[in-house]
Amino acid sequence: MTAVPPFQSAPKKASIFSPELMQNAVRASFSKLSPRDQARNPVMFVVYVGTILTAYLTVANLVTGKPWGYELAVTLLLLLTVLFANFAEGLAEARGKAQAASLRSAREDVKARRLVDGCEEIVAGTQLKRDDLVVVEAGEMIPADGEIVEGLASVDESAITGESAPVIREAGTDHSGVTGGTKVLSDRIVIKITSGAGESFLDRMIALVEGASRQKTPNEIALSILLSGLTLIFLLAVVTLYPFTVYAGAPASAVTLIALLVCLIPTTIGGLLPAIGIAGMDRALQANIIAKSGKAVEVAGDVDVLLLDKTGTITIGNRLATKFYPLPGVTEQALAHAALLSSLADPTPEGKSIVALARQGGVDAPEPEGAVFVEFTAQTRMSGVDFGTTSIRKGAGSRIAALAQERGGSVIPELALITDEVSRGGATPLTVIQNDRILGVVALSDIIKPGIRERFAELHRMGLKTVMITGDNPLTAEAIAKEAGVDSFLAEATPEDKMEMIKQEQQAGKLVAMMGDGTNDAPALAQADVGLAMNSGTQAAKEAGNMVDLDSDPTKLLEVVEIGKGLLITRGALTTFSIANDVAKYFAILPALFVTAYPQLSVLNVMKLHSPTSAVLSAVIFNALIIPVLIPLALRGVPYKPMSAAALLSRNLLVYGLGGLIVPFVAIKVLDLLITPLMS
Amino acid sequence: MSAAFLQFALLLAIMTALVVPVGNWLYTVFAGERHTAPERLTYALIGINADERMGWQRYGLVMVMSNLVMLLLAYLLIRLQGLLPWNPAGLSSQSPDLAWNTVVSFLTNTNWQAYSGEQSLSYFSQMAVITTFMFTSAATGFAGAAAFMRGLAGKNGADLGNFWVDFTRIIYRVFLPICFVLALVFVWQGMPQTLNPYATATTLEGATQTIALGPVASLESIKHIGTNGGGFFSMNAAHPFENPTPLTNALHILSMLLLPSSLTYAFGRLISNTRQGWVIFGGMLVMFVGFLLTLYSFEQAGNPILSKLGAEQTISATQAGGNMEGKEVRFGIAQTALFATTTTAATTGSVDSMHDSYTGMGGFVPMLQMMLNNVFGGKGVGFINFVQYLILSVFIAGLMVGRTPEFLGKKIEAREIKLVMLAVLAHPLSILGFTALAVALPEPLKSLNNSGPHGFSEILYAYTSGTANNGSAFAGLSANTPFYNLTIGLAMLVGRYLTLLPMLAVAGLLASKRRVPLSSGTLPTDTLLFGALSVFIILIVGALTFLPALTLGPVADHLQMVYP
Repeated sequence: MTAVPPFQSAPKKASIFSPELMQNAVRASFSKLSPRDQARNPVMFVVYVGTILTAYLTVANLVTGKPWGYELAVTLLLLLTVLFANFAEGLAEARGKAQAASLRSAREDVKARRLVDGCEEIVAGTQLKRDDLVVVEAGEMIPADGEIVEGLASVDESAITGESAPVIREAGTDHSGVTGGTKVLSDRIVIKITSGAGESFLDRMIALVEGASRQKTPNEIALSILLSGLTLIFLLAVVTLYPFTVYAGAPASAVTLIALLVCLIPTTIGGLLPAIGIAGMDRALQANIIAKSGKAVEVAGDVDVLLLDKTGTITIGNRLATKFYPLPGVTEQALAHAALLSSLADPTPEGKSIVALARQGGVDAPEPEGAVFVEFTAQTRMSGVDFGTTSIRKGAGSRIAALAQERGGSVIPELALITDEVSRGGATPLTVIQNDRILGVVALSDIIKPGIRERFAELHRMGLKTVMITGDNPLTAEAIAKEAGVDSFLAEATPEDKMEMIKQEQQAGKLVAMMGDGTNDAPALAQADVGLAMNSGTQAAKEAGNMVDLDSDPTKLLEVVEIGKGLLITRGALTTFSIANDVAKYFAILPALFVTAYPQLSVLNVMKLHSPTSAVLSAVIFNALIIPVLIPLALRGVPYKPMSAAALLSRNLLVYGLGGLIVPFVAIKVLDLLITPLMS
Repeated sequence: MSAAFLQFALLLAIMTALVVPVGNWLYTVFAGERHTAPERLTYALIGINADERMGWQRYGLVMVMSNLVMLLLAYLLIRLQGLLPWNPAGLSSQSPDLAWNTVVSFLTNTNWQAYSGEQSLSYFSQMAVITTFMFTSAATGFAGAAAFMRGLAGKNGADLGNFWVDFTRIIYRVFLPICFVLALVFVWQGMPQTLNPYATATTLEGATQTIALGPVASLESIKHIGTNGGGFFSMNAAHPFENPTPLTNALHILSMLLLPSSLTYAFGRLISNTRQGWVIFGGMLVMFVGFLLTLYSFEQAGNPILSKLGAEQTISATQAGGNMEGKEVRFGIAQTALFATTTTAATTGSVDSMHDSYTGMGGFVPMLQMMLNNVFGGKGVGFINFVQYLILSVFIAGLMVGRTPEFLGKKIEAREIKLVMLAVLAHPLSILGFTALAVALPEPLKSLNNSGPHGFSEILYAYTSGTANNGSAFAGLSANTPFYNLTIGLAMLVGRYLTLLPMLAVAGLLASKRRVPLSSGTLPTDTLLFGALSVFIILIVGALTFLPALTLGPVADHLQMVYP
């Protein structure tokens, strides 16, 4: 597991408007003009058809010798509106592709040593198929995503994660997954390819970003229906307006009516909607998260319950020795000395921390002659050292008590009191025995990550429930949960417990997010609404989850929720802005439209726009320009600040609702002042 | 002026005070398990299983089919009235188009009267069709609202209640008791309630005058409690026998608002969140007060044309001031404004003044209120319309808090939005569509008595009134032509069923969904801010659609008076 500082995304921010991306986006603006592409977006399709109609009217006027300047201007502005919307989508796509390509570039042109009937053959990495076996040795690139079936190696995954420290990947463990494009630093491994060329998660995500195969997410579909409904209503309002103006004695020009329609229908959100969706995926990718569907990102915003692994998320990975608790009749020095001796050859961080704590207390000793270090195993559940006639062991209380009895010693009741006290304090008691005498207990404490308490308080205010998952006993778990400020905890958790908990929460109507890596996590990952699999995890886990975190960083779950919320907020904010804009547009166009029939209606020209023509053109220019102006916001997303829904609503309503009312009044007035001299 | 505001405040305060007791009563009607003896007898007689639980499809089907049967039966009765008893005047049948319009009008609780009662309907038709429909059409609307509320409150999409039970209970437990008491009060205030023939009087000049009488009080009570609006006399509530005193005027206004305003509280009880009910009530009240003050100030300001001629139109101790054309002197501007705002807010359609004679902007208010049809609104439909915009607001605002939208713990998804948009579309489709058709054809324009913006307003008002199931007329339009009879009839049907059915479906779909538990991350919908937001959405989505038409009608009309 890599040590990423708590709660910071990988610092990989591509500039939104790099020249290369712009070029691609401009090309896309035009290539997306085909009717089939346009028909995917009902709101913009109306603008598209409107453009064709005004173009026809312009040509018709040109041929019949009538004035055509105004008609041409409207046509060009409508075309520009369509192009801007295409550009927004193109830019979002280009960014996603660029992001994915930079992740993928590493694996291009890699030669692979494929095993066929036990013999190696050299093939291009792109020719590999699923279930092929390949050999990778120290210094070689891993040609494609796969799972180690034989051996163990340290792997440099910096190309993907940006983290320089190598990680250990081993067959048959929960850390057997390897990614194409990463480099083996030591040893030799045999990898079973899990995804052929073009099928990796990355490839799938690129396909999700690309227009053709992009599936609309459920909320995007619902919003599209709402926008289409509004479009239909305004279409009705504008179409009926023609007979109304005929009745009034001054038929409105078709071009002005089309201009009015385009201004009223929600083109701003309609034009930016696809870009917002794609940008959500882009932002996930920037955080080194591969989402398998757009829906997964959207659902992340709705998550109610977060199942967080204690280790790595809430506490830093390792427990450290913090205090010695000698039993009555034993000095602290004696206990420290024994613990020190048993740990001198212990390579684990816990062992090292015991040595450090003993030395801090002034106890030190060299490694005894002929010392034999006894490693910790899952069966013995203890470690220690033997030298001469001395045998020191440290381990779980129950195990050591059993050992003491085997060796003919006794267990005094105080031991249980001490271990309970240590547990209640949130630490893990490690009991130390020398020959047949139990000396005391070393407290191994979890170190809560700095800033995590505040972070959980924020989540709580956002209405998210946090659940700490840990293998610790309930006493320790409770203490840590309290200290970190999580809402609940699941102690001595087995994968089955996790699954049960997810089902329970879902039964109550809640959406659950979890992170996992092991094969036994797979069912829970599949059951969770957001299942974030670590890239270092097994293939089964990665297949089961709906997102993969390339950094294998347990804190990513929080980031995923924020990305999901940011996506939804951006959609809502721009919808509100778009709808609020209509008020000003009405006040610009209606007087212009009706003033011939009823000159008195010029009173409604509150912005004092220069002429009917300049009023209509200013409104249409505003309507077109607001799309590119808002592209950065659509792509970066409305910044999400953790706060309660009520506070978020009032803040965003003020900015995007009130702003949406006022901005167009000012902007249309300014545009009118600017274009008036040009028209005369 | 201050006397006017005092009247407004007093009346609205009484209305607000009645919300809780009446709301509680409605709640027990909607939620109660027990059937009373008369109800059980009724079910047994008609052969209804009162314990049947209906999903939205079944509920909607029963509602539509029962209405359809009533429609056909009523149509036959009116067409065959010449052959039927109780026709002392020997009136022949209405023409097919007029009969269609009449039947649909009362079936949908519109009470648009393209006919003249005394000249074309027999006593039998009046009783069997008109009076019966005043109860059934209002009960149908309230039943729809009851089912809708249960859906929003419920856990089970297969149980929105039982149409027959709702229908029967509303008539037996709500309409009949209130109407009985109200009719007695009306009689005390001088309203006729008699089956005797018309009275003959000798005037001071010695001429003989026939004074029309009848069972007025009983009709007046259901007319307003059921927000029907069809009057006993053609002058409607401007007639001294229909509205003899300021007290009856106030009672008329209160009875129109009584049930629509109390529904909000009953809803709060049903969903176990009375705050939510109050937020809806507040949103409606704010719009109502805004519209009332607009109407009042334009009417009190007087007619700009007369002002220019130097006519004294200011309010004083000796005169009501303002634009008094078409208004009763005994009511003055304030009571008239209150009545007109109420009758178009609660979509009743009765009038105590002539809306055609209002200033342009004075006429703007009744039209806009009917276009929205959710400022209290009539017969339960107004409530449903308000919630329709609430759902729309939730959808837009819900996204802004970073969650997919949810309302009362239920996710609002594509299917619900589709149905809500269908319901939102119904009003503009009918009002703007038929108005455009009418002004585009040569024949319908011949019915106009005015040209220019005022003539346009007359047509726009007719379709708005029909679609909103209001029934009041702007006058000035000769609407008894095959074209208007047919199209206004269609507008009434669209306005009623195209709102009721999709929203019933929404309630059914939401009821079947799993409830999402509330957290501080959930968008709160029972706050002041959210109430304000939903009013904002109503005005932007609901009202802006009609702005071009209103500009060409009442707004231009008014401005032409100001700047001739």
